[in-house]
Amino acid sequence: MSVREKVIFEYSHPGRGASDQWPHDPGAAALGDLPAKLRRSRAPELPEVGELETVRHFTRLSQLNFSIDTHFYPLGSCTMKYNPKACNQYAMLPEFLARHPLAPESHGQGFLACLYELQEMLKEVTGMQGVALSPMAGAHGEFAGVAMIRAYHRARGDGGRNEIIVPEAAHGTNPATATMCGCVVREIPVELSGDVDIEALRRAVGPNTAGIMLTNPSTLGVFERRIGEVARVVHEAGGLLYYDGANLNAILGKVRPGDMGFDVIHMNLHKTFSTPHGGGGPGAGAVGVGVRLLPFLPIPLVGREGERYRWLAENDLPQSIGRLSAFMGNAGVLLRAYIYMRLLGRDGLQQVGEYATLNANYLLKRLTAAGFDAAYPQRRASHEFIVTLKRQARELNVTAMDFAKRLLDYGFHAPTTYFPLLVPECLLIEPTETESKDTLDAFVTAMSQIQREAEQEPGRVTSAPHTMPVRRLDDVRAARQLDLTWKPTPQP
Amino acid sequence: MAFIPHTEADVAAMLAAIGVSRIEGLFDEIPDELRVRSFAGVPEALNEMEVGRLMSERARSDGTSLCFLGAGAYEHHIPAAVWAITTRGEFYSAYTPYQAEASQGTLQLIYEFQTMIARLTGMQVANASMYDGASAAAEAALMAVRSNRKSQAARLLVPTTLHPHYRRVAVAMASNQGLTFEELPYCTAEGIVPAASLARYDGEDVTALLVQQPNFFGRLEDVDALTDWAHAHGALVIAVVNPTSLALFKPPGEWGARGADIAVGEGQPLGVPLSSGGPYFGFMTTRMELVRQMPGRIVGRTLDTAGRDGFTLTLQAREQHIRRGKATSNICTNQGLLVTAATIYLSLMGPQGLERTAAACHARTRELLTALTRVPGVRLAFAGPCFHEAVLQLDRPVAPVLRTLARGGIVGGLDLGGYYPELGHALLVCATETKTSADIDRYRASLSEALQAARAA
Amino acid sequence: MSNVPADLKYTKSHEWLRTLADGTVEIGVTDHAQHALGDLVFVEVPEAGRTVKAGEACAVVESVKAASDVYAPLDGQITAGNPKLSAEPETVNAEPYGAGWLLRLRPAPGALAAAQFLSAAEYQEVLDAEGG
Repeated sequence: MSVREKVIFEYSHPGRGASDQWPHDPGAAALGDLPAKLRRSRAPELPEVGELETVRHFTRLSQLNFSIDTHFYPLGSCTMKYNPKACNQYAMLPEFLARHPLAPESHGQGFLACLYELQEMLKEVTGMQGVALSPMAGAHGEFAGVAMIRAYHRARGDGGRNEIIVPEAAHGTNPATATMCGCVVREIPVELSGDVDIEALRRAVGPNTAGIMLTNPSTLGVFERRIGEVARVVHEAGGLLYYDGANLNAILGKVRPGDMGFDVIHMNLHKTFSTPHGGGGPGAGAVGVGVRLLPFLPIPLVGREGERYRWLAENDLPQSIGRLSAFMGNAGVLLRAYIYMRLLGRDGLQQVGEYATLNANYLLKRLTAAGFDAAYPQRRASHEFIVTLKRQARELNVTAMDFAKRLLDYGFHAPTTYFPLLVPECLLIEPTETESKDTLDAFVTAMSQIQREAEQEPGRVTSAPHTMPVRRLDDVRAARQLDLTWKPTPQP
Repeated sequence: MAFIPHTEADVAAMLAAIGVSRIEGLFDEIPDELRVRSFAGVPEALNEMEVGRLMSERARSDGTSLCFLGAGAYEHHIPAAVWAITTRGEFYSAYTPYQAEASQGTLQLIYEFQTMIARLTGMQVANASMYDGASAAAEAALMAVRSNRKSQAARLLVPTTLHPHYRRVAVAMASNQGLTFEELPYCTAEGIVPAASLARYDGEDVTALLVQQPNFFGRLEDVDALTDWAHAHGALVIAVVNPTSLALFKPPGEWGARGADIAVGEGQPLGVPLSSGGPYFGFMTTRMELVRQMPGRIVGRTLDTAGRDGFTLTLQAREQHIRRGKATSNICTNQGLLVTAATIYLSLMGPQGLERTAAACHARTRELLTALTRVPGVRLAFAGPCFHEAVLQLDRPVAPVLRTLARGGIVGGLDLGGYYPELGHALLVCATETKTSADIDRYRASLSEALQAARAA
Repeated sequence: MSNVPADLKYTKSHEWLRTLADGTVEIGVTDHAQHALGDLVFVEVPEAGRTVKAGEACAVVESVKAASDVYAPLDGQITAGNPKLSAEPETVNAEPYGAGWLLRLRPAPGALAAAQFLSAAEYQEVLDAEGG
């Protein structure tokens, strides 16, 4: 039996509070100069709880979560690798935490050195010529990337180019980003092999093509083998190539986007470079560019003159697409990525792609040997792969969703489900390089047991999870009867 | 190898199972001419002890200064419990709560946050956060254009008393979708936008008006008059507010006769350290009628199959992973960890703690202004009440004075010369509850010396 | 197997049309569409009086897992949006061809005669090709 943790407002009593956290009362006279008509008439209804109650409440809430620190978390495309504690500890040194974003550069040379070196290391591992760190998430980086492509064409008098080509298997942020940049999306099909349909691409490019957005390996978990040809087709038509870095973990150390012909990339530092996912952020979507797009990078960047570091802003990059953040992005996240890269170093970073791919291929092999169907059985896995449960859905009426929920009972966070949309009843599985063989074997064992349950006792799977704080939730009710803020139950 | 647990025996067993003899064999699909040989430009690995030493040296060389700078990021006391809990692995290393049954902690916390921030801003519904205050304002502009069906113009009025960086971010993020931003000048004597100055837009199609309160100068705008004008002219109102100030001031939901339509702001003052500019978080709240136009994630409460309460992401059909090209925004990852900190902070502070904090900031700033204006050559730029920041005018250039102060370990404020040249030698200063009378006196003395030295030179 | 009434006309984007006695055209989404969307949580219908062009998005149907635009099949003027659906979007799932109609419009002169729609049999072929 599990007892539901109350909502914090249910612990609230008038007059309670962690009073040792409050500043001393300056007295009513201190506020005498503030116009009455602008004053709040009633105090905001925030919870009134003591410190121990608050600590207990939020600690208990944390215990309701699965996390990398507690569970194997093979979410495809999310790269849930271990978040080193050292990254957190050293990013949170008091001097870094206390520094105001607009404080003088003279008193931030240590911080700026970290960011400058991060820019340089990211250039090296991606094969790009310039890096900007201010976009605050992958989607934000995508926005910057497409905005730079548009700015490039406009600067050349070619502003009519407003079409962005996107493979139909792409992550939803890609077309959403294209629209945000005032572009029109043109989808092209993907072949059964998982590669982009080159003939369809040739038909889709033309004088209106601004660029193409690709992930490599693709969202189907396979390497785009004809990437050289894709690059040629798009470049010859006058368009640019954008690389969605969500799957960078597969190729880190093996191939560089710059070498594949990409003109602009975004990286998800909270995936490949192990900054914490935090229950939904903060991320960091650093962007890298080839020489053509250098003038358009979003500001600010860190520059170096001799031994001194300084911010490069509007005056230094007059053609920049502009400022995307009130200050300079998610600084603390960038420090964590820097520390991670220093801990891995040249050799460690080269091994990321190797071990991520080893783990994925091993897991794929063991799962197919256990009787599961790979979506692309002829292809190597990259750092992730897709298993399709459409046979189980058809024959046993047990779906990918059901498997995902039952995995929770076995102590594993489910893989990504129902993405990419092209593969029915799919699980997109990404183990990452920080998981041991033992963990992968245990996952296979659990999947096999669930398969047996699906055959013999399907109800156990279709009504899972059984051991979590809640059973399956009514999404339809959640959307039809919107309850988005807590209200006290009316007293009789 | 850092964080890779495989032994040679593990690797051998795995390769055997896969059926290749070397790990290299797994990359046979990648054309040979693309293969990277080595990352020569990346330094060799450091172990944790060495990294610790490097970072400590750099932090030490930066040191800490006494900070009298606000301008959108504010130093406040953060109770120890906030980050002790926020950095728990279950919060820190959890993903976005897509599998609701495995994420009830995060989901319930966000629901509590949505409730708190809606109440603080006097609005009805909130999302789970945006990247920061500036991008939240940009997204609010896009949301206002989507929501205001009666307006054809996609035209927003933006006071120049809105943070200069926020204005630039709005242009960078929204102008590609055909929005135009027109700047409203402020009154240089008062430091606010006179409501009467809107009269020249009577009869024109304006989609929305942005209002920052307190404004960038710390001055208090006439929010009721501005809001009522906008509504009378078919425009929506986007409020950009400081959350600490809302403990004292009328929240956007109560501005004018009908209240603001969308309220956004920077959440950093709520339990997030200055940390060189980020990560912070933006908050966004609105009226219930506009909830489907609001970008970002939203958590709702519902029932599970056993009839018990539970929390889940809802209204996802608006978002990028479903709506794709027609999404309200492309936002995916937001700022969850900072929302965690803010929710714990607001729970610990409560209404009284937040009010005391705001009152102490106001008291300290008044004390700072009294002290500094006693120094010859220093005067207040604007008459009229301000909250927790103010603009001073010096009788000589600001930049050298700030450099002198910095050498003495004081971050004296923001030089406004690049942003508002019409104000002359202008300096934006701020004092929060973290400053003592001794700190203020030290600033006064240092400023006096710095100005004297500058005069003598 | 989804229901495809013989007496209606259809579009490739899964809308159906019914001509009413007063010359207006009633439009909704097909049984296949409602099934693919799942339980509807929200429906937005256009206001009466609005002029639309063929192919213009004029309504939105939203479920937990998808949100779809509904396109005007003809030039015309909206005479009514179904008022029941804001409170009871699930009507579209239960009665997609009856009480779950989305909107009615008066076609622009000549628009109905010039338009080409699918018969029930032709729409069934579309569904068969899609594997639905």
